[in-house]
Amino acid sequence: MNGLVRRMLGESSLIPIVSIVIGLLLGAVIMLAGNYDPIAAYGSLLTRAFGDMYNLGETIRQITPYIFTGLAVAFAFRSGLFNIGAEGQFIMGAVAAAAVGVLLEMPWYLHIPLALVASALAGGLWGAVVGYLKAARGVHEVITTIMLNWIALHLANYIVRGALLEKGLARSRYIHESAWLSTSGLTELFDNARIHYGILIALALSALFYFVLWKTRQGFEFRAVGFNPDASEYAGINVKSTFVKAMFISGLFAGVGGACEVMGVFHYQTINSAFPGYGLMGIAVALIGRNSAVGVVLGAVLIGVLTYGASGMKFGAGVPEELINVVIALVIFFVAASGLVELLVRRFRNRNRTVH
Amino acid sequence: MAVLQAASELVQTTIVFATALVFAMLGGLVSERSGVVNIALEGMMMAGAFTAAIVTHYLETGAGLGASAPWIGFVCAIVMGALFSLPHAAASITFRADQVVSGVALNLLAAGSTIYVCKILLDGSAQTPTLKNVFSKWAVPLLSDIPYLGQALFIAYPTSYIAFLLVALIWFVLYKTPAGLRLRAVGEHPKAADSVAINVHRVRYAAVMISGALAAMGGATITLTTTSNFSHNTISGQGFIALAALIFGKWKPVAGMFAALFFGIASALKSVFQVYGITNYIPVDFIYMFPYILTVLVLAGFVGRAVAPAAAGKPYRKGER
Repeated sequence: MNGLVRRMLGESSLIPIVSIVIGLLLGAVIMLAGNYDPIAAYGSLLTRAFGDMYNLGETIRQITPYIFTGLAVAFAFRSGLFNIGAEGQFIMGAVAAAAVGVLLEMPWYLHIPLALVASALAGGLWGAVVGYLKAARGVHEVITTIMLNWIALHLANYIVRGALLEKGLARSRYIHESAWLSTSGLTELFDNARIHYGILIALALSALFYFVLWKTRQGFEFRAVGFNPDASEYAGINVKSTFVKAMFISGLFAGVGGACEVMGVFHYQTINSAFPGYGLMGIAVALIGRNSAVGVVLGAVLIGVLTYGASGMKFGAGVPEELINVVIALVIFFVAASGLVELLVRRFRNRNRTVH
Repeated sequence: MAVLQAASELVQTTIVFATALVFAMLGGLVSERSGVVNIALEGMMMAGAFTAAIVTHYLETGAGLGASAPWIGFVCAIVMGALFSLPHAAASITFRADQVVSGVALNLLAAGSTIYVCKILLDGSAQTPTLKNVFSKWAVPLLSDIPYLGQALFIAYPTSYIAFLLVALIWFVLYKTPAGLRLRAVGEHPKAADSVAINVHRVRYAAVMISGALAAMGGATITLTTTSNFSHNTISGQGFIALAALIFGKWKPVAGMFAALFFGIASALKSVFQVYGITNYIPVDFIYMFPYILTVLVLAGFVGRAVAPAAAGKPYRKGER
């Protein structure tokens, strides 16, 4: 426990924590400029997020996909890759789960695993394409992932429209109940919130993330390539195949996340004209969590609480909920521009030293 | 003759769609040729689109201006675009942040701040009211009288003429002036540029701000010619299509313009296909996907080869080897 606390307060997490504090403070300044009461706003944000069982369940529902996409982005980062494509991998996983859920019928103990495996493969392969294009063709993964996100969005719409459509509605038919990740018992416990067992899958995958990266030979190779691909190549690691494998696993995390949204929350897949934004937030989660398993879970909790609680700010203090996107954007800026934060921290420390 | 009429309408629609892409593509070009990756074109377009919409709205309702209102809105959008790009410039140039992360943050900042400000100014409404005064099409005298061709090419919004003139201007500056040489030097080999006393950071700041201004012109074009208002889905990915056009055009202004026009045809075809019922045979989803698939193929070298500026994405630290 002591080790955990020390790690949480250590140098590596100093920058994210300072960044979060600065982001929230700047958010408060923006609210003051708009004639709002920031204390009331943040207070009602927390009340909305944790106030009763229903809202607690909904907050956990909101946190769940962020863990998946955070793991996806973090895993790629560890292997020296920037996966902006968690959004697309998430969508491919969602549509795969929807297809298995709608088109097939079987008992739940087969249906749920099959849907999850299908989504893992769909997300994983969508990621592996990126790894392949980088390895074999030298294409930078940032551009391919951006392009593949949009291709995934429209491909998923095409699949829903073509094979799964509920007549007259812009969504698929309901998946069979045997593929649901939510149960009436859990739903009743949380006062009809849409919480589902995906959170357990997310936590299990976080453990897997840690295990693969730190306890296996393959994980060592991923991290070695992430540190220095040239040295890894020299040491005999096949860097190209490592890129493909890393992107497959990264996409797998996001894909299963997509499946959990379909199987747990909605029980159908909608035709989207824009991205749900889970992949985007996954980048924030991974950055805040410094690409560690525990960090990702904590980062997802933070982003989940902020984005879900944001609707409370409108009722409690009249603040438009979009403010929270501004706050998160600022936090990302400060985490990314760590040079600035280090400068501020050093100034602050030096001043304290001269005072004492 | 009906075919010619349809073709002429298609060209006209293509130019309308392509104009915003051309502006944003040029914005991306200026930034990336200086060595700063810009995936924030989308956000910069949003900032421009919102500024143009809200300023024009206030001018026509509050100040009672007429046809001049959208012009002032357009200019304000340019200024706002340049200012709005500053966080990206500061983070990625001065503080050597990851330029992609910084771009992601700017996109999110744009999505959040435009709607936040919109709701504050307009009593909680998440979109601006429909503008009464927007740009109207200009006909070039004589040329527009040419049958079909005149209607296709020489009756267009003023922003379209500005966009295509800017392509020529930026081509000229980039390849024929010392300023353009400096910009390219900084993007390809900043250390060499530094050794001949070019201030790498200053060039990059200027490039990113110009980039923001150009992308904002693209965003303003959309609100002031196509949608007449601003909401959260006014831009809906056009910044990323512009990025695709930049890459498809291999970071060159004229080629990028043709790429933008090509993607504009894809958008225009979508509307034409829907009118003539062709979408029953070619699903509309595939027309949406088309620009992105093409870009991946180009990058992978299956259709030509696109190589980014050598120093793109790398922060520059003086004296580092």
